[in-house]
Amino acid sequence: MIDGFIALYIFMLAAFTGYEVISRVPVILHTPLMSGSNFVHGIVLVGAMVAMGRAHTPLETTIAFIGVVLAAGNAVGGYVVTERMLEMFKSSKGKR
Amino acid sequence: MPIIGANTLIQASYFIAAALFILGLKRMSSPVTARGGIVAAGIGMAVATLITLLSPDMGNYVLLTVAIAIGGGIAWLTGRRVAMTDMPQMIALYNGMGGGAAGAIAAVELFSSGAHGFAQLTLGVLGGVIGAVSFTGSLIAFAKLQGLIKRSVRFRGQNIVNLAILVLVVAHGALIVAHGGGTAPAIAALFGLALLLGLTMTLPIGGADMPVVISLYNALTGLAVAFEGFVLDNAAMIIAGTVVGSAGTLLTQLMAKAMNRGLGNVLFSGFGESAPAGAETGPAGSMKPIEVADVAVMLGFSEKVIVVPGYGMAVAQAQHKVWELCQALIARGVAVKFAIHPVAGRMPGHMNVLLAEAGVPYDLIYDEGEINAEFETADVALVIGANDVVNPSARNDKSSPIYGMPILNADKAKNVIVIKRGQGAGFSGIENALFYLDNTHMLYGDGQAKAAELVQAVKAL
Repeated sequence: MIDGFIALYIFMLAAFTGYEVISRVPVILHTPLMSGSNFVHGIVLVGAMVAMGRAHTPLETTIAFIGVVLAAGNAVGGYVVTERMLEMFKSSKGKR
Repeated sequence: MPIIGANTLIQASYFIAAALFILGLKRMSSPVTARGGIVAAGIGMAVATLITLLSPDMGNYVLLTVAIAIGGGIAWLTGRRVAMTDMPQMIALYNGMGGGAAGAIAAVELFSSGAHGFAQLTLGVLGGVIGAVSFTGSLIAFAKLQGLIKRSVRFRGQNIVNLAILVLVVAHGALIVAHGGGTAPAIAALFGLALLLGLTMTLPIGGADMPVVISLYNALTGLAVAFEGFVLDNAAMIIAGTVVGSAGTLLTQLMAKAMNRGLGNVLFSGFGESAPAGAETGPAGSMKPIEVADVAVMLGFSEKVIVVPGYGMAVAQAQHKVWELCQALIARGVAVKFAIHPVAGRMPGHMNVLLAEAGVPYDLIYDEGEINAEFETADVALVIGANDVVNPSARNDKSSPIYGMPILNADKAKNVIVIKRGQGAGFSGIENALFYLDNTHMLYGDGQAKAAELVQAVKAL
């Protein structure tokens, strides 16, 4: 479905997007942002689930099972720690 | 037949997820909107995951649920409990898990011959190798920062060994691609070598350089996820992985620059914790001790105080008391600002998280570029648990190992107070010329205890 040059275009545009989105980030947010981007690649969970669906032999199923466990850890852990860090940032003005 | 097919629904959910990830990352780049950013990205993830369950070729529902419950459950518990000071290694751990998952996907596709054609096979192998390297590399980074591995393992010719393993991995991967797939032992050997490479690459790197390494592995995991996305025809993985790959690369460069370390240096020289060579003569002058009462008077009758916190403050758990002290000063009409060096804490931005935890508003916190010019107008620079980042030798002593590193100009303030446990040199073992200046006074003792005493003394003024 996605092949050849379409895939290349997606790759190029996404690469520039990532670069631009981060390029003006203040240093104070480096750690939470790294953690946040760490969460975003937790989308690997979706791929691990698909791989699990495709697995047939016991070996493949075992590897896919480990993959899903790890991917779920990436997604959930990434979200929890990022959210914890960011909810602490507040301004001296106003209540929020 | 339903109006919208399952496949269309899945593609639509991936489209929404990709858009929310980019929006989320964008919002995370400003402190005002950052909280909403992670929530947006989280919604995208939840939508994509739930809809994928509807996928026509989904199977093994029981195993799937068990796996998600185990991985997600453990991560949720550990993520909730971890102390803010230990955040860097947790990020490394979760990142390693993502890399391992990408490796697992590649392994399943290779074993089941799911990847077809030159491009898919190449990207599948490449993503799998990168994911496996990121997996073991991140685990080592975690173990080092957690204190499970105390020493860096180094031996002569280490770079050559690493290079040899790398060449082997590449050659072996190329063979598998050329044959249009591999036998089970061949595939197992490929992943074995890649996992080994992650170990041998990361073991020699010192703890101080770990943040840069973690950031690099974060970018690599993103790339691996993107490559596996090509294999699985999954646009959400391609976009999210690529965005993280490029953003992570930029973040890695920014961090390396802030730490005054070239990326090549970090990966291949293993300086991270080596003591500086040659015992040069110490700075002239002497360190002058000062008492709490005198410091309280000095602070209480200042117009402007700049606090320079370092990781030592966080280790002493003094940030709450320091903020209490600052509140007492603000109540007296003193202007208080926090100056944060990019590498204060264990990774850039870590100190901001620790201060935020203590309740310090982010608009009182300034980074080195914003505040350096202000030290000249400050009555007192209060240095707590920071050392190398305020060492003027980085500016004017060419023989110093940290020469050229951007520092906070605390020495330019009218008075400098340094709260420090003892007289010894800091984390890097480098003598600090700041401590010997005429306008510097040393308040010896535990950061938390001294800050608490200062709070009482200032309130009593």
